[in-house]
Amino acid sequence: MLSLERRANPSQFWLWFTPVLAVILTMVAGGLLFALLGSNPFTVIRTIFWDPLAGTNASYFRAQLFIKAAPLILIAVGLAMGFRAGIWNIGAEGQYIMGAIIGASVGLAFFPTENRLIFPLMVAAGAFGGWAWAMIPAILKTKFNTNEILVSLMLVYVAQAILAKASFSFLRNPDGMGFPGSRNFSTYPAARNLDLIERSGFHWGAVAALGVAVAAYVLLTRHGIGFRIRLAGQAPRAARFHGVSPTRLVIFCLGFAGALAGLAGIFEASGPSGQITENFATGYGFTAIIVAFLGRLNPLGIIFAGLLMALTYVGGSLAESRLNLPAASIQVFQGMLLFFLLGVDMLTNYRIRYGAARVKGAGA
Amino acid sequence: MIVGGLDIAILLASLMVGAVPILLAALGETVVERSGVLNLGVEGMMIIGAVTGFIAAVTLENAVAGFIAGALCGAAFSLIFAALTQVFQANQVATGLALTLFGIGVSSLAGQGYNGIKPPVTGAVPLGLLRDIPFLGPMLFRHDWVVYFSLFMVFATWFVLNRTRAGLIIRAVGENHEAAHALGYKVNRIRLLCILFGGAMAGMGGAYVSLVRVPQWTDNMTNGVGWIALAIVVFASWRPGRVLFGAWLFGGLMVLGPNLQAAGYAIPVEYLSMAPYVITIIVLVIMSSGRGRSLGAPASLGQNFHASR
Amino acid sequence: MQRRNLLATAAFGLGLALSGGSAMAQGLEKVKACFIYVGPIGDGGWTYQHHQGALALTEAYGDKVEIAWQESVPEGADAERAITQFALDGCNIIFTTSFGFMDATNAVAAQFPDIKFEHATGFKRDQPNVSTYDARFYEGRAVMGTIAGHMTKSNKIGYIGSYPIPEVIQGINASFIHAKKVNPDVTMSVVWAYTWFDPAKEADAAKALIDQGVDVILQHTDSTAPLAEAQKVEGVIGFGQASDMAAYKPSPRVSAIIDNWAPYYVKRVGALLDGTYEQSAAWEGIAGGEVEIGEITDAVPADVKAAAEKMRDDIAAGTYHPFTGPLNKQDGSAWLAEGEVADDGALATMNFYVEGITGEIPK
Repeated sequence: MLSLERRANPSQFWLWFTPVLAVILTMVAGGLLFALLGSNPFTVIRTIFWDPLAGTNASYFRAQLFIKAAPLILIAVGLAMGFRAGIWNIGAEGQYIMGAIIGASVGLAFFPTENRLIFPLMVAAGAFGGWAWAMIPAILKTKFNTNEILVSLMLVYVAQAILAKASFSFLRNPDGMGFPGSRNFSTYPAARNLDLIERSGFHWGAVAALGVAVAAYVLLTRHGIGFRIRLAGQAPRAARFHGVSPTRLVIFCLGFAGALAGLAGIFEASGPSGQITENFATGYGFTAIIVAFLGRLNPLGIIFAGLLMALTYVGGSLAESRLNLPAASIQVFQGMLLFFLLGVDMLTNYRIRYGAARVKGAGA
Repeated sequence: MIVGGLDIAILLASLMVGAVPILLAALGETVVERSGVLNLGVEGMMIIGAVTGFIAAVTLENAVAGFIAGALCGAAFSLIFAALTQVFQANQVATGLALTLFGIGVSSLAGQGYNGIKPPVTGAVPLGLLRDIPFLGPMLFRHDWVVYFSLFMVFATWFVLNRTRAGLIIRAVGENHEAAHALGYKVNRIRLLCILFGGAMAGMGGAYVSLVRVPQWTDNMTNGVGWIALAIVVFASWRPGRVLFGAWLFGGLMVLGPNLQAAGYAIPVEYLSMAPYVITIIVLVIMSSGRGRSLGAPASLGQNFHASR
Repeated sequence: MQRRNLLATAAFGLGLALSGGSAMAQGLEKVKACFIYVGPIGDGGWTYQHHQGALALTEAYGDKVEIAWQESVPEGADAERAITQFALDGCNIIFTTSFGFMDATNAVAAQFPDIKFEHATGFKRDQPNVSTYDARFYEGRAVMGTIAGHMTKSNKIGYIGSYPIPEVIQGINASFIHAKKVNPDVTMSVVWAYTWFDPAKEADAAKALIDQGVDVILQHTDSTAPLAEAQKVEGVIGFGQASDMAAYKPSPRVSAIIDNWAPYYVKRVGALLDGTYEQSAAWEGIAGGEVEIGEITDAVPADVKAAAEKMRDDIAAGTYHPFTGPLNKQDGSAWLAEGEVADDGALATMNFYVEGITGEIPK
């Protein structure tokens, strides 16, 4: 009889090898799927994983990886801090939307003034919007002990309704012939989130994502607050004895994640997306949760996870258009990758044994 | 009874029908969460139920078979979640989200070739004279069997959770899995069964969407209903009776919007569409502030359990 | 703007070797036509019809045309990437089939001056290689309105609107004007669903209308849910939208407005093949074949059917315009004088109801 035994310390080997294993397993299972759909599995897998990196016109697609990964990394890093401390913010999508709306509102209020300060101001407003939206579950949690998972999730729907309202009324482009959607930031240079190096895909959001990930890593491993976060997550009772204030931790973690999600929102609205429309939110806030776990809640791991996830989007879309695959098949493929990644993660923390195991424990 | 240009009996009848998918899915999720598992994949299981129920009903030319198939396939699909979280100890939040993504993709592939077809009709249950009772007749006695089945399931879940030993065990596992384990209960096995039940109920709810509420199959047709079901479970503080109330409230707000518009009222649609969620948050706050821990959230919700005999 | 230009020059080095920059005047030997869809092909409505149009290309030109498509493309950065992808992969003409792709289409077009871009339902043609196309759905609505006015017994007709944008408002006005013309007692209720495609919401909207005594439902949303709802109640009829929705024949679906993009796609790709392609802003209707009236079933009395068909033929022949004065706006102010015809500019920005419709357009 097979059984699992919890390792005293996570296995370093499996920590690095599980993602590789998951990708290999996905290629096999996904290959079967694509073969069933009548495509050549090798061509499809190559198109998804290789062509965006080194195929024809790869310079364009590599840049697209940053565009796609930046918001995912930015949001996931913020979420990971909270998840480490046992604070479950699953409403990053709402914080992302509010950051975009508040930031874009500030920017468009100045239209068509040209001033260098407008873009920084928008970014600050975006971060504030996400932070403020996250403060709602934070304050309800600390004042009334209301479950933050559920409040943050509910607030996503409220934010989506506000987004619809914004694109139909208060942010509607006055020159838009009566169609919904805000003015496009590409027509407003002062508020535009440009690529720092032309065509690199490396806009301010990508810079922020990398900077924040590194900073969060340092914070988590070298700083007092990082210690408190890890302690609260692993041993809540011990944390309290150490004088870790749960209230301040909740406010910090939710606020941090909210501000980062808001930043991702405004960078997206003023850059790659260009405008606020009803369909502005395409699920980055939810996908980032998965990215956070794929990155093992480690800010540096999240950079890789974000890029991998971005690769499946960019490569997947390439496979759809080049091989006329249905969009759903790529969704299924991504789902498989996630399942395998989540499943094999067990090998990091557990050992498979024959016969009865001895050590007992619980993990989140 | 006509109030403000709206026939209340008909309005209530349509909210009862509109609420069936969310009611079924939310009842299933209630049991899942009571056992300490947070499965965010409700939407994915519903869409799987919708497509498989539709395919079965069309192929076998039998609507009842469709509902059974939807429930079975929903349960089978939830096995992925059960295996990952209960055996492989994967994080529940991430796994649930992945399940939804996967379900939407799989259903779209499975449903190719079933667009634009009409499924067999699920008619009203012939209740004879009851149909003609003023007010109550049109409101209560002109529905199809699934409506009555979903109401029965409200009672059944309440009964099982609160009045049977099985319910006691489920709740024990959800409140404190360590203690339940110490008492000799197989925590993961019990949770697995609850997850399967949740999958079956979500699948049946999905089948109701594709077989009755909108009798057709189209990609992504559940369109967020699963997320509403999740909200209702919380709104109801994990109690089946309140799940019914919540489903009717949400269902009511859903049908009220178009009805008010049809009756000529100018209403701000955005505010109406965010209302249920704001109300849920308010309810959550009231319940959690008033009585501290008696909020009803299972203490082990979302935490995996690993033990070796 | 500076970025645009830089991108354009950069794009030359990047991948334009693929796009065969032969002079347009000579035409192309072979055309690769690519399509960006907003929904899944299986939506049975909007995207499905565009895909049928795409397939018609291979039927019309055989080996001379290669088609490629990508479905369910989100708006924003993803759309821009998907369009660029096609441009880099050697498409000669790219059709972007949703309003939300407008800015992305123009942005990519700036970088690939040798590739033709065709954007459906938009109004921006910032680049010389961007054309727009749309269909005069309101012409079809006029025919449906005629049938509705004749067929309603309760004198109440209902309209399920998607979003309060000019295209939808044109449809509402056209339907009402022509229903009223044949039946002065008719009133119309409008329910805004705030979606193009959400079967459950559309079903709720249809049911709400039926509960209010409406017995003819017009819809400007794309699912068959309203027809399925109509079928549950004896004597209620509706119309197919976007596709024929033939499964609901002969009743409740008594006719349909079919989006037929095939003639336009065949024409444009043909122009590319023979070298006559030019930038354009197409807005064609029944005459051009873009708007088709689905078979009027026997559930409609013969005289009504004849009246509807006559209107269809008159519009096709150009002898009748659905917005011909005298017409007043909802507030009673004059809009079109006797015999005056609405110009396209006024139609494209229409943001008011005509006289007789109650209710307000959401702001």
